[in-house]
Amino acid sequence: MDEDPPQRRKFPAGLAHLGLGEVEREVPSSEPPPLGPNASLQHIGRSPERWDARAKVTGAARYTVDVSLPGMLHAAVLRSPWPHACLRAIDLSRAAAAPGVRAVLELAEPLIPGEAPLLRYVGQPVAAVAAETPELAQAALQQIEVRYEPLPFTVDFGHARQPDAPAVYRTTELDKVPSATLPASASVYPLAGNVLGPERRGSRGDAAAGFAQAEVTVEATYHTPVQTHCCMEPHAVVASWHADGLDVWMSTQFTAGVRAQFARQFGLPLARVRVRADAIGGGFGSKSRMGVYGSAAAALSRLAGAPVRLVHQRDEEQMDAGNRPSSEQRLRIAARRDGTLTAISLHSYGSAGIAFGAGVGNVAAAMYDCPGLEAVHHDVFTHTGPACAMRGPGNTQGAFALEQSIDELAAKLDLDPLVLRDRIDPSQVRREERRIGAARIGWTRRHAPGAGTGTVRRGIGMAQSLWPANVQTNAACEVRLWRDGTVEVLSSVQDIGTGVGTVLAQVVAEELGLTPQDIHIRIGDTEYPSGPPSYGSRTTASITPPARTAAWRVRETLLRSVAAAWKVDPQSLVLGGRSVQLRGDAQRRLAWNEATAMLRTDRISATAGRADDYAGFRIRSGDAAIALNDLGGVQFAEVEVDTESGVIRVLRVVAVHDCGRPIHPAQIESQVQGGVLMGISFALMEERIMDPHTGWMLNPNLIDYKFAGPRDTPAIEVVLLEYYQGQSASDAYGISEPANIATAAAIANAVYNATGVRFRALPMTPAAVLETLGAAARRT
Amino acid sequence: MSCADRNGDSSGIAGPGPLPLVLDVNGTQHQIMVEPRTTLAEALRGPLGLTGTKIACNHGACSTCTVWLDGTPVAACSVLAVEVEGQRITTIEGLAQPGSLHPVQEAFIAHDAVQCGFCTPGLVLSCAALLARNPHPDRSDIESAISGHLCRCGTYPHVIEAMLDLSTRQDPDHG
Ligand code: FES
Ligand code: FES
Repeated sequence: MDEDPPQRRKFPAGLAHLGLGEVEREVPSSEPPPLGPNASLQHIGRSPERWDARAKVTGAARYTVDVSLPGMLHAAVLRSPWPHACLRAIDLSRAAAAPGVRAVLELAEPLIPGEAPLLRYVGQPVAAVAAETPELAQAALQQIEVRYEPLPFTVDFGHARQPDAPAVYRTTELDKVPSATLPASASVYPLAGNVLGPERRGSRGDAAAGFAQAEVTVEATYHTPVQTHCCMEPHAVVASWHADGLDVWMSTQFTAGVRAQFARQFGLPLARVRVRADAIGGGFGSKSRMGVYGSAAAALSRLAGAPVRLVHQRDEEQMDAGNRPSSEQRLRIAARRDGTLTAISLHSYGSAGIAFGAGVGNVAAAMYDCPGLEAVHHDVFTHTGPACAMRGPGNTQGAFALEQSIDELAAKLDLDPLVLRDRIDPSQVRREERRIGAARIGWTRRHAPGAGTGTVRRGIGMAQSLWPANVQTNAACEVRLWRDGTVEVLSSVQDIGTGVGTVLAQVVAEELGLTPQDIHIRIGDTEYPSGPPSYGSRTTASITPPARTAAWRVRETLLRSVAAAWKVDPQSLVLGGRSVQLRGDAQRRLAWNEATAMLRTDRISATAGRADDYAGFRIRSGDAAIALNDLGGVQFAEVEVDTESGVIRVLRVVAVHDCGRPIHPAQIESQVQGGVLMGISFALMEERIMDPHTGWMLNPNLIDYKFAGPRDTPAIEVVLLEYYQGQSASDAYGISEPANIATAAAIANAVYNATGVRFRALPMTPAAVLETLGAAARRT
Repeated sequence: MSCADRNGDSSGIAGPGPLPLVLDVNGTQHQIMVEPRTTLAEALRGPLGLTGTKIACNHGACSTCTVWLDGTPVAACSVLAVEVEGQRITTIEGLAQPGSLHPVQEAFIAHDAVQCGFCTPGLVLSCAALLARNPHPDRSDIESAISGHLCRCGTYPHVIEAMLDLSTRQDPDHG
């Protein structure tokens, strides 16, 4: 695209609070000039009103569940009541003839063509109907006649690993097994019973030699449960076939991605599928794909010749909308007396239900300097709903084990956990985060583990985050400038609650000398240039550089128009404060809309794609890339443990985070608070409970499935570093997931500090606390 | 039962077919036809087109669907439309005059107490009801007024901050 030679340019670099230096980068000349640090800017780094806050506080915001089209039908889904069954026969004819029914559809399909379909979890879609009202659709489900042949099943992660456990899959079916995370095939791993693997993840050096050299070793097994996403807006889709193709409204984290899936599924060109998402009521990893519900709505719409709305009820949402896989991690860490790590061994198991990809991330492999690593993972299939990505997938489970083990190692070495980390953590950013967080929480107040007495004991603990700084290179943004001065920014990128629309307005306003309120935000529609997904903490990193680049190109065109009219050099024009001025001549000044009135055409436009990070990426695969430096984050928690009731109260969390250049501190603070709260819930409350006798989820609602409410909310203090690396036109990265990864481990370390007892399994419910404390007391 | 007669048959039993109903919503009387099993939340979102009232759990666990009945917050998913005839119903659309914002809405915006926003209308209504009965709530009053609300995005800290800000303002007469 760019024929001009690259240019060497200087960028601000380093941590702002320590004083900035400069870094020189070779940059394509098609890139905008380096952006100064936030202190030198008007809008970036400040916190203007969230772009859609007004619509959201007044109830005007339109979510997918609010979309109502003329003639729209309502779908309902018949779901398997059996955790494992063969679908012997199904007859949809009576349902098709039921009052108000306009289309019926079978959804159960065999993995191997020609065989009878197998149902593998309670809640798996069997068939769907579309009817004139939701009530008629529900009633018609009763008219579907199904003959199931129930089969033996296993829903328990431990039981499923036994050699005699009923098998979820045969080896011949492995290439059809859904992946919980990135597209991948399970068939590259051996399958024994329900155990898939081994998958060797990031082994390096000679771990055995590292253990032989060790002067101190810690070893323990950690368990984390299945967590469900609990988006407040359930999964929802409205699909409408028409002569030209398919229109979809969907509560999704990736409009452009699901458009591609719909196009592939229904054999349509990309240009004939349009996916829209105005407001989206949360996603947390679970709304990234078309899904069975999405393709069912589209297929029913085609059959019925009318738009079809399909919205999960809460129990469907809990049973069949994804979840965070369970984990069991056996972690051994070896070190010398001075704390230097010599080897880490991590043997993990995880169950993503009928899906695979239940790994525990890369924290053990990447957080600390350690020459020897052996990481082996096995997936375990169970007859439960498929898992998918959930806020910090893998690393959240992994950090729970790793950060407690490092804490334990510190205790064994008689080192302060912060001192040990200063020795073994190569990240200078996290070092700074530890220093700031320790001062904030009052780390010096921390007593020796278990030194507290009395019924209610207090403790302080900390833990660290690590998450790849993800970037989507297939991410584009258009900026339009109209002759009347109107500015629009357009991308299919969607706002799932992160505030990306505000961030786009800030970046464009900064470049054009306007205010964020001046910028019209047009997002969440695949008619606009394809934006990135809202997952992997990659949205801001991916879309803000092209937004700034497009705005800069529009600005250059505008300045050339003015310069031509004035017969001056465009370089001599200054744009800012809603005006264009000739440098050093206050008389030659145009208001913004006087300047734009000089445009030759009604509207000019520029579209830019995400350029590579200026110093390159560490990894690139398809549309996704990972930046050179990971995201960090360090969290401190202060807790109170009631040793009689077993209740743990989190009193305070100090969360110190980095995300490159922070663009909107208030929205980032909101993200961090949300991540911390989800981490508190994961630590203390959340667990999908399966009935081993029926295979049903016992808490598929928001009464028995608990997550943190206002009363469980501690004081959460967020400290944000400004970290410049000169890597892109915005130099911004993400925040959502690092904010969640460390929390449960920080709480567990604080509970250890309070009680002197290690909690190696989540959730730390009152019953579990009493049991663990009781067992510890009996041991001593 | 008052609604039985309106069913137009002599059985004395209402429904299951649609019944005519008059609901007083945001100061206007609306005549609608709904089945007796229709919840207030469904009636508001469906026939009345007031989709600012959101349904998240539909079983009384999350308060997302909060509206006011005679000024008191209730979960509209757990009340039948036929039960509330004659009561004053206020939804998020009717909290402030069109084109203007209630102080709670302004404070939510100022403190970024909104993320995905799905739980927000309900939270705004509970907070506004609190302010109407107690212009100077403290943290504990606020926590108790919103204790039934679930927000998966985790806006509670900013909601509490927004309310404390309103609580300490000089002019408290905005509830
Ligand atoms: S939707 Fe009514 S309480 Fe949850
Ligand atoms: S803002 Fe998303 S659920 Fe509350």
